[in-house]
Amino acid sequence: MAVIETRDLTYTYPGATKPSIKKVSITINKADFVILTGPSGCGKTTLCRCFNGLIPHFYNGNLEGEIVVAGLKVADHQIHQIARHVGLVFQNPENQLFALSVEKDVAFGLENFAMPRDEMRKRVDWALQIAGITELSERPPNELSGGQQQRVAIASVLAMQPDIMVLDEPTSFLDPVGAQKIFEVINELNKNLGITIILVEHRLDLASKYANHVIVMDEGKVVLNGTPREIFNSEEARLIGVGIPKATKLYQQLKQNGIHLKTVPVTTEETANLLREALKHD
Amino acid sequence: MSVFEGFKFRKVSSAIHNLDPRIKFFYVCVLFVMAILFNKLLALVVLFFIPLPFVFMARVKRQWLRSLRGAAFLAVFIFATNFIFGYFYPTSFQGITPPVDTLMEYLVLLERAAAMTLRFVVLIASFSVFFLTTSPDHLGLALQQSHIPYEFCFAFTTAVRFVPVLADEAQTIMDAQKARGLELERGNFIKRVRNYIPILIPLIVNAIRRSLELAEAMESRAWGASEKRTNLYVLKLKRADYLLVLVSVLMLILAVYVWLYVPIPSLTALFSL
Amino acid sequence: MIEVKDLYFTYPTGLEALRGINLTIDDGEFLAIMGQNGAGKTTLVKHFNGLLKPTKGEVLVNGVNTRDVSVAKLARNVGFVFQNPDHQLFSETVEDEVAFALKNFGFEEAVIEKQVDWALNLLDITKYRKTSPFMLSGGERKRVALASILAWDPQIIILDEPTIGQDHQQKEKLQQFILQLNAQKKTVVVVTHDVEFVAECNPRVILMSQGKILAEGIAKKVLTNQKLVAQASIVPPQITQIFLELADLGLPTDVIDVHEATKILLDRLRERQ
Repeated sequence: MAVIETRDLTYTYPGATKPSIKKVSITINKADFVILTGPSGCGKTTLCRCFNGLIPHFYNGNLEGEIVVAGLKVADHQIHQIARHVGLVFQNPENQLFALSVEKDVAFGLENFAMPRDEMRKRVDWALQIAGITELSERPPNELSGGQQQRVAIASVLAMQPDIMVLDEPTSFLDPVGAQKIFEVINELNKNLGITIILVEHRLDLASKYANHVIVMDEGKVVLNGTPREIFNSEEARLIGVGIPKATKLYQQLKQNGIHLKTVPVTTEETANLLREALKHD
Repeated sequence: MSVFEGFKFRKVSSAIHNLDPRIKFFYVCVLFVMAILFNKLLALVVLFFIPLPFVFMARVKRQWLRSLRGAAFLAVFIFATNFIFGYFYPTSFQGITPPVDTLMEYLVLLERAAAMTLRFVVLIASFSVFFLTTSPDHLGLALQQSHIPYEFCFAFTTAVRFVPVLADEAQTIMDAQKARGLELERGNFIKRVRNYIPILIPLIVNAIRRSLELAEAMESRAWGASEKRTNLYVLKLKRADYLLVLVSVLMLILAVYVWLYVPIPSLTALFSL
Repeated sequence: MIEVKDLYFTYPTGLEALRGINLTIDDGEFLAIMGQNGAGKTTLVKHFNGLLKPTKGEVLVNGVNTRDVSVAKLARNVGFVFQNPDHQLFSETVEDEVAFALKNFGFEEAVIEKQVDWALNLLDITKYRKTSPFMLSGGERKRVALASILAWDPQIIILDEPTIGQDHQQKEKLQQFILQLNAQKKTVVVVTHDVEFVAECNPRVILMSQGKILAEGIAKKVLTNQKLVAQASIVPPQITQIFLELADLGLPTDVIDVHEATKILLDRLRERQ
């Protein structure tokens, strides 16, 4: 069942000479874990902003084509209406937290929805628990590490119980261990709560093991759209300059030298298992 | 500057910290009114001692003293100005006929200047206790529940939230430019002011970028979805708050009574007896 | 040459960031300083150009004690590229931006022009010469920042987390650029937590954790030591992870590079045939 559908979506920022995204037509299904990637400037951030209505309502500019998110035509609904279904987590953790305590931040969206206090309390506690930050609930945001801040941002969006969560390079400022923790939380949201995830990432080696759908953009267009295995193994991905996981690269190099592993690996575990098989059976 | 330490909130669990900020503010206002009401040194000395029990109960003695220390510079200035003004325009003071030449007249001037200085110190001391014991969070909440439009309360708490962030960023920018040979301490006045341009521009540009990102995040979390927002926290008046209201009102009544009917002797008059 | 002798550093807030660092960096070396966020990496390198002065111990850059000279003086030989280019960009044109440090250091007009031309060309941004740096994209701004540091051709170049926010192609270009700088006999110190980046360059690595140096050695040896990697809370390169899982098959465990890995596997597979 499709939760996001776009048809020939084209958008030009106000004052820009050419569109940032051109004729983007994609379908994202319920409970998909999508990785959206591509070189800097390819339009992935712009596309994300279309998913929750920031484009066109916040940025204005010229939006052509069609986009339907969670059954709503984005152009016809206010951002706060779409916010009931789509949550957006941004790159810089610092600039998403405005309150003086973690739990007040998590409650922000719910306060905007005018939720009664008791219900709000329960929701906030629930979201904190899932993001694994219950013990941080009364801390001020500037005492937290980048990874903790980002988990607060995720909890604040989660509290609003969206069906879809879009995360725009959420681990940019984090170290690999912090990044892994974030991916694990996001994965839980997807696998346990059924939330559709759209993750914009460059670090494919860490994130790809969770995804079932990869979209690659370049210069405003969608150029590749399929499963992680298909995409990472493709020649096109390499040419565009996508950071193919080393595990997949190893597979490709062995293949070039005549060694064919059974399937295209994307994670280190898969690769190790495939190699073990290959080494034992020869 | 250490004087700011005297106004920065300190998280301590005390009876004073738990008082409703609106009530605390009312109390401070009463002190303010009383300080303005009286200009006799004796009365102001009494007023000075009133915040003391609060300072001890809230365990903020050290920080409170810092605020006084910070105020010392201005206090000296106020004392000097009052004294000099009184010396040259003595007719505005009782018990003095120009020119000022007797010991008694000097003492009257001194006492007057001291009273004005103490009035200033009392004000600083009272506000200091208020800010030391009230978290910005609580303050924002108090503003909201006092029916100030949410936009202003939000602007207030967000500003407080980002002050440390901007301070850090300013430091980083200074470091980055120093690493490119910028010397902030050298040169004449004009050159020094110009040297701050490479610091201010990135700071301002980044602040604008930051505001844009914040606005995006706010919109994405349904800002403006409802006419009337609800709140996770609520301030409820407790027994201690009512007690403080009572105390404040009584103080005010007593003060007005004294001001109207009880002549307060000046110290010089007592001294000469 | 940079010598760090028993360096201790505590921030004014009381945080003890460095606890006894001893290190020597020779001219022309390529060094990667790795570790979790908060391990003390950035704090350490800020001592190399005097932005931070030791609380205890000393840092000598080319024989000069950093305590004895200003940051501007040290910056002549030590270029520090900060993580976020937006913390330093402030000029009206890219040209002015790149010339900024040269002007601060008091170079002559003719020399400044030559160096600016050279730096713009090196980073492939000559076409943006007259453009405002604020109009450029993130990647381009990073190049402007880099050009403005290289402009005065410092002998020692420090890059603080240069790969953050960069896409794959930008990282590759940066890698080549750094290797090129090193080939030109510059001392290059990179602070990073990007393991794959380090794995591809295979420099000398210093692993830090909680203010101390946990280990040092060539990347191949340090990043493949399971115990160290776990202690420092970093994630080993993917290739290493794969080989560690296959350790029981008798394959070497100190592999970090795809090409080396392919060769080893091919040899092993052909062996069996």
